[in-house]
Amino acid sequence: MDLYAPMIGLIILGAVFAVFSVVVSTVIGPKRYNRARLDSYECGIEPTPQPVGGGRIPIKYYLTAMTFIIFDIEIIFLYPWAVRFDHLGVFGFVAMVTFLFLITVPFVYEWRRGGLEWD
Amino acid sequence: MIAPSIEYSALLPMIIVFGAGVVGVLVEAFVPRRFRHAVQVILALAALAAAFVQVVRLGGTEIIGAVGSVAIDGPALFLQGTVLVLAFISMFFFAERRIEAGGNAFAPAASSLPGSEEERVLVQQRALQTEIYPLSMLAVGGMMLFPAANDLLAMFVALEVLSLPLYILCGMARRRRLLSQEAAMKYFLLGAFASGFFIFGASFVYGFAGSLEFAEIDAALGARVGQEGLLLAGVGMMAVGLLFKIGAVPFHAWTPDVYQGAPTQVTAFMAACTKLAAFGAMMRLFYVGLGGIRTDWQPMLWAVAIATMVVGIVVALSQTDIKRMLAYSSIAHGGFILTAFVAVDELAIAAILFYLAAYGFVTLGAFAVVTLVRDAGGEATHLSKWAGLGRRSPLLAATFGLFLLALAGIPLTSGFVGKLTVFTAAFQGGAMPLVIVGVLVSAVAAFFYVRVIVLMFFSDPAPEGPTVAVPSVWTTAGIAVGAVATIVLGVLPGPLLDLAEQAALFIR
Repeated sequence: MDLYAPMIGLIILGAVFAVFSVVVSTVIGPKRYNRARLDSYECGIEPTPQPVGGGRIPIKYYLTAMTFIIFDIEIIFLYPWAVRFDHLGVFGFVAMVTFLFLITVPFVYEWRRGGLEWD
Repeated sequence: MIAPSIEYSALLPMIIVFGAGVVGVLVEAFVPRRFRHAVQVILALAALAAAFVQVVRLGGTEIIGAVGSVAIDGPALFLQGTVLVLAFISMFFFAERRIEAGGNAFAPAASSLPGSEEERVLVQQRALQTEIYPLSMLAVGGMMLFPAANDLLAMFVALEVLSLPLYILCGMARRRRLLSQEAAMKYFLLGAFASGFFIFGASFVYGFAGSLEFAEIDAALGARVGQEGLLLAGVGMMAVGLLFKIGAVPFHAWTPDVYQGAPTQVTAFMAACTKLAAFGAMMRLFYVGLGGIRTDWQPMLWAVAIATMVVGIVVALSQTDIKRMLAYSSIAHGGFILTAFVAVDELAIAAILFYLAAYGFVTLGAFAVVTLVRDAGGEATHLSKWAGLGRRSPLLAATFGLFLLALAGIPLTSGFVGKLTVFTAAFQGGAMPLVIVGVLVSAVAAFFYVRVIVLMFFSDPAPEGPTVAVPSVWTTAGIAVGAVATIVLGVLPGPLLDLAEQAALFIR
């Protein structure tokens, strides 16, 4: 049980902090309402208009997300391998090259099919 | 660090198929559009054939490879070989181009908006969907790894690898695209949910056993390390994930919608191969890893088996759509296989292996026939349209009748031998009540299969009935193989039964 004490402490601390912040900001915060205040992100930037009448969200969002995932996954695995490179030896090197090849294939596919052209 | 030893030779069938998937993606990227279809079909068929040759070469191999995570043994090789054969025939149906004038059964660009100008232009240009081939290669690779996975992590990876391409394939129908996309969405959401159950359960079992490997889990069961609650919760949750893929009640709700909405060629492939891979994985997990607590999980599977058989057949009775009817029938067949599953012995393993192979051929054939009966809107799947089909095209109706008789389990078809072997295994395993339910349910099932045959041959054709498309040699050959396998396995089941019996030993 001792093992979990810090964790439970953190959970309680987090809950107290959240409740405290919300309560205090409603009690002492200024209450001014204007148009920007009611916007989605409250940061002054107009949100992208939503597609109307069955239109679609531009596919570029999706392509950007997929490209991000390709590089994201690549980096996540490259870091620990680079740190322990000398211990992992030739096997680790070959495995990593195979992995890099496989993860480059979807990137090449995206490039060839025009996913990187941002008209 | 000492390099881990990986038995590449034993893993070669899977490496070939996965490699074909990767090469297929590169083909999509570099080969000009007009050659793509031919190149992809040749690549897929060649890879499946080469992998099958390797599986045959490996016959009799028994090793646990890849540092304990993959087991190549009798059941794994039997199921891998069967998946490869069934996938090979599925590729015939995928390659069919005569039924849809100027295209195959898939949307030219699955990302185009249904009914949009873009879609119209692509159809006019006769653009062909070819990404289905790399996707199905990756799915087949996952299906081969699934029954061979020897630890919980490899099993989860295989589950995902086989599922993700299938979700996409389901949404690619050329006709009724919204229905198809809805099916893909439902399958994806529910499938992801079920996978979550599996991995959550796997973490519980890991917490209990301190290892992911089945042999270690088995050892931990023997050592009685305590934390039984953790173990049982984990087993239950993993069972949810696997029973979902099998389509067992109460995790069957996705099956009719997905089978109906998906392109029928994909439905055929999915119905035959996914069930087979999932049963293979389930056998290895429950027999090898969790065999020590069989008295704990047997009652659960008893209940699931009975519910699956009864719900599958009773609901199938009221279906008016042929694809939904076959979907419920496939649910019920999962229940029949589960009756043998609860009798944990070699006879049961052999019976399940044989049943899965026999069922796979029948299902492929039956769905392929559905692709040929068409009207202006695409496939005419409403049962009323099938009335009098036997008068208009007797050969096709007779072939479909043969598949229905096999599904009903009438003698001289593979379905009968399959049912006989699973019920015998269940009986000898002491599951008499299950056998009684199974036989009763089979009698009811025979009624509705025969009802469709009566509808086809003895009712008057609908005035504006569907036409029967004349397929190219691809589909014809696929249906012929299915029909021949159905009869041969029914009349001369000996060789395959012997093979299944020889293969029915899990390496531990």
